[in-house]
Amino acid sequence: MKLQRKNRLRAITAGALAVSGVLVLTACGSDDNSDSGGGGSKAASNIKCDGKGQLLASGSSAQKNAMDLWIKTYGEACKDTKLNYKATGSGAGIQEFLQGKTAFAGSDSALKPEEVKSSEKICKGGKAIDLPMVGGPIAVGFNVPGVDKLTLNADVLGKIFNSEIKKWDDPAIKALNKDAKLPSLKIQAFHRSDESGTTDNFTKYLKAAAPKAWPHEPGKAWEGEGGQSADGSSGVSSQVKQVSGAISYFELSYATANSIKTVDLDTGASAPVQATVDNASKAISEAKVKGTGSDLALDLAYDTKADGAYPITLVTYEIACDKGNKASTLAATKSFLTYVASEDGQTSLKELGYAPLPTEIANKVRESVKSLS
Amino acid sequence: MKTDIEPTSSAAGSPPKVRTRSTGRAGDKIFLGLSRGSGIALLVIMAAIAAFLTYRAAIAISKDEANFLTYFEWNTGSSPMRFGIAVLAYGTVVSSIIAMVIAVPVAVGIALFISHYAPRRLATPVAYVIDLLAAVPSIVYGLWGALFLVPHLTGLYTWFDDYLGWTGILSYQGGAARSLFTVGILLAIMILPIVTSVSREVFRQVPKMHEEAALALGATRWEVIRMSVLPFGRSGIISASMLGLGRALGETMAVATVLSPNFLIETSLLDPGGGTFAQNIASRFKEAGNDGRDALIASGLVLFVITLLVNGAARMIIARRKEYSGTAA
Repeated sequence: MKLQRKNRLRAITAGALAVSGVLVLTACGSDDNSDSGGGGSKAASNIKCDGKGQLLASGSSAQKNAMDLWIKTYGEACKDTKLNYKATGSGAGIQEFLQGKTAFAGSDSALKPEEVKSSEKICKGGKAIDLPMVGGPIAVGFNVPGVDKLTLNADVLGKIFNSEIKKWDDPAIKALNKDAKLPSLKIQAFHRSDESGTTDNFTKYLKAAAPKAWPHEPGKAWEGEGGQSADGSSGVSSQVKQVSGAISYFELSYATANSIKTVDLDTGASAPVQATVDNASKAISEAKVKGTGSDLALDLAYDTKADGAYPITLVTYEIACDKGNKASTLAATKSFLTYVASEDGQTSLKELGYAPLPTEIANKVRESVKSLS
Repeated sequence: MKTDIEPTSSAAGSPPKVRTRSTGRAGDKIFLGLSRGSGIALLVIMAAIAAFLTYRAAIAISKDEANFLTYFEWNTGSSPMRFGIAVLAYGTVVSSIIAMVIAVPVAVGIALFISHYAPRRLATPVAYVIDLLAAVPSIVYGLWGALFLVPHLTGLYTWFDDYLGWTGILSYQGGAARSLFTVGILLAIMILPIVTSVSREVFRQVPKMHEEAALALGATRWEVIRMSVLPFGRSGIISASMLGLGRALGETMAVATVLSPNFLIETSLLDPGGGTFAQNIASRFKEAGNDGRDALIASGLVLFVITLLVNGAARMIIARRKEYSGTAA
């Protein structure tokens, strides 16, 4: 009896261990890249420090590397401000901002009308606005043995990711790549299994540039037919690296870090466009501002045919109140965002694989930041 | 409670002097209060979790345009929302069953080896190593699964396809082996230590008399195990398996790293696809808005119910044998 009692205790202990193991929330870092810019952060002399104390922000993981670099540079110049950006994901970032926990949020997509409505509670006498701050190309990486250069267009991409084109030697792909030796290999298209702003922007591009080949609604969750999936940009990029015949989409920095070859896009311009930082900037400069007043939500020109403009881009926003920011954090927020939008702040992004904002948009952002109150 | 046992140098047989400072009635009262409080606190916490899940789930399900139980998509970004758990329920149950089918026989085998076959010098280290498996974080299992196990399973799956492809459930079209079957294999490894250690303890409890009686009748070692050890340990094995199953049902990170989820129920277990409750919550939680979170919580509630049912079933099986039921006086 006593023995059995002891045994039960063991079983219960083991059970308790198992249960607590299940209960422990696992951390989920998906969108951080191992190569966090070791870039020489030259002490930017023109940072105007203002405000004191702790500045909290959270949101999009797509801009995490940019934020890390900015915070490092800004922190070296301004010792009085402690900045902390948590890459929780856009959804969570907006939630925290609307609950008044953070000074500003980072998001992969502009605020929805209902989110703007509920921001009026936090922004006394104002509302939340979108400030585009970080742009970047979304590369389409592929792994086809014996093929180094691959040109595709929106229509073919849509069909590949919708499981209509199943083999690498499909006539549609051959027509765009006359010189390439395309093997008769099964195409394995990978998409993101988690919800992500990258998927959102990629599907927006497919929908805008090839509505016939991509009949699905764009969104953070994947809606295409079939295909395989993996968790996070690091997940899909490592699959492309591993699986012969794979193709997927992720921020350019992941392609560079894993030396994955990227697709050139035939946009209808005079020559196929490579996925590069400069080409992405060029496409972003074609965007139209759809926000009103100091809100600068962008309508990206996904179907641009301009020479050297790479249309699959992602723009992440900082979200703050136009009026009625908390008095305790306003000064520091303004000072930090002023630096981030400045020439220095933007050009330092290039080494991380992000695209600096085009001049015209950057100027508008600087105006908006100035008017924060 | 202070009890000092003074070492006695007196001859063996004379009882050691035990000196106890009586705490009187107060000690009894305090201890009763504490233990009763712990019991009630646990019930209150469980009730609070259930209430929270139910409340948030009700909000989400009322906004769901599709049938929550049978719909095959998960679309909480659109308005109106359309989402359903059919695929998740299937994937969770199937991957856990595969894990149990693989893990339980192996675990019982290891436990028997440790308790009845291995020489003492070997048994302890083996038992220790098995227990160590439980100390590996699930994300590490996930990474190992994604980077090592998945590429190495392609050969096995091709073989399955060649010889068993006609069954339909074991056909394989090539591609990365990020399927429910792979998840089952990984979960089997993860639940091995808990099933093994509990079964091992149970096998140690087998009354020596039974075993010796069987030996006296001329039984071989295998017959002893078959006639006395396994029947005695049956309910222990079942409760060990249920602990393991609980772990398998709720495993999150390893599954999210290894599986290639999609919202289709594939007939083949080897082709990528499917999903589990916990994996789906982990994958979508970060970017979900308010409504999306409620929808995920609703799916969590279903997992909660499934786990309750499983545990209830296990309790009923075990209750037939009073030794392990916990209700036995």
